[in-house]
Amino acid sequence: MAEFKLPENSRVGQGETWPAPDDASNVRRFRVYRWKPDDGQNPRMDTFELDMDDCGPMVLDALIKIKNEVDPTLTFRRSCREGICGSCAMNIDGQNTLACTKACDEVDGDVRVYPLPHMPVVKDLVPDLTHFYAQYASIKPWIQTQTPTPPDRERLQSKEDRAELDGLYECILCACCTTSCPSYWWNGDRYLGPAVLLQAYRWIADSRDEATGERLDELEDPFKLFRCHTIMNCAQTCPKGLNPAKAIAEIKKLMVARR
Amino acid sequence: MPTDNRPLSPHLQIYRLPFIVVLSITHRIAGVANAVGSLLVVYWLVALASGPEAFATAQAVLGSIPGLIILFGFSLGLFYHFGNGIRHLFWDTGRGFELHTAHRSGQVVVAGAVVLTLLVWIVALATGGA
Repeated sequence: MAEFKLPENSRVGQGETWPAPDDASNVRRFRVYRWKPDDGQNPRMDTFELDMDDCGPMVLDALIKIKNEVDPTLTFRRSCREGICGSCAMNIDGQNTLACTKACDEVDGDVRVYPLPHMPVVKDLVPDLTHFYAQYASIKPWIQTQTPTPPDRERLQSKEDRAELDGLYECILCACCTTSCPSYWWNGDRYLGPAVLLQAYRWIADSRDEATGERLDELEDPFKLFRCHTIMNCAQTCPKGLNPAKAIAEIKKLMVARR
Repeated sequence: MPTDNRPLSPHLQIYRLPFIVVLSITHRIAGVANAVGSLLVVYWLVALASGPEAFATAQAVLGSIPGLIILFGFSLGLFYHFGNGIRHLFWDTGRGFELHTAHRSGQVVVAGAVVLTLLVWIVALATGGA
């Protein structure tokens, strides 16, 4: 059931303020969610004042600057810094996105940074994605075939069949969409969520895959698939500009068409 | 390391819900309100069947200022739910998912609900109903 309020141990308190250096001229405030597992305290919001004349343009640049120069205990995931690895997915200015492709200039006022919503927090901006990955594994995200592989070449696809995967294969599994979905917030234990369903459709739509029936059987469930109510926050928030809601609608259509 | 004391990250408290998401929750709220509103219609019909006195009471209750305000909200909820239901039908066929289309269709539904509601009330009040 939907639990709108945060549990007692998750309420966010006021944290410390780290002032900008005295000679800073272009100061911007970053309000960052902090929680560490070792002191039994509730989460808090720390405020970091940064000199933007001495900082890269992206929110990730600011976080790295904080970690390098202000508070080395600040914890977050990041890797590629160019929007292809999905590691630095977090909630910035009230929307899920990648810190590395979100410019500080796109945000009005203080830059508020939280971990991906409605997830267990490991530390600071690092959410526990174990359940998300387990759900991904459950849709068997690999090609499944009955026919033997052609002896002399790969399994080929026409250009048209390959084009069916456009808008699907680009997903980097950053979990921005899934953790933006209110339906996933309230039923994430059983609802697969937009990212995993988009991936499920990526294999259903693949002309080389021969397990479409089994895949649809697996998804024919009031919770796994049909908790999608076309709220559309997934498509709104996807940092890659994909449309999980449409992929889910295509699965629903196939469910009806095969009756 | 213990993992059972992990806090839940903030969600509704911090998410800046965009226009199309607000429309979605409004659709659900309107649906619940319409269910309650349909009880009003049942009450009105039961009163009609019970005789002139009960019907006069029902007319007086629904025709009072609070009654009219509730009826106005009910009609707005009906038109919104109706229009947005059509939007959902298009979605069920896999159409209209592009963000700008979904945004625009949402605007059309909201504007349509307001216009239809006002039209109905203008006609109703002008013809001396209520």
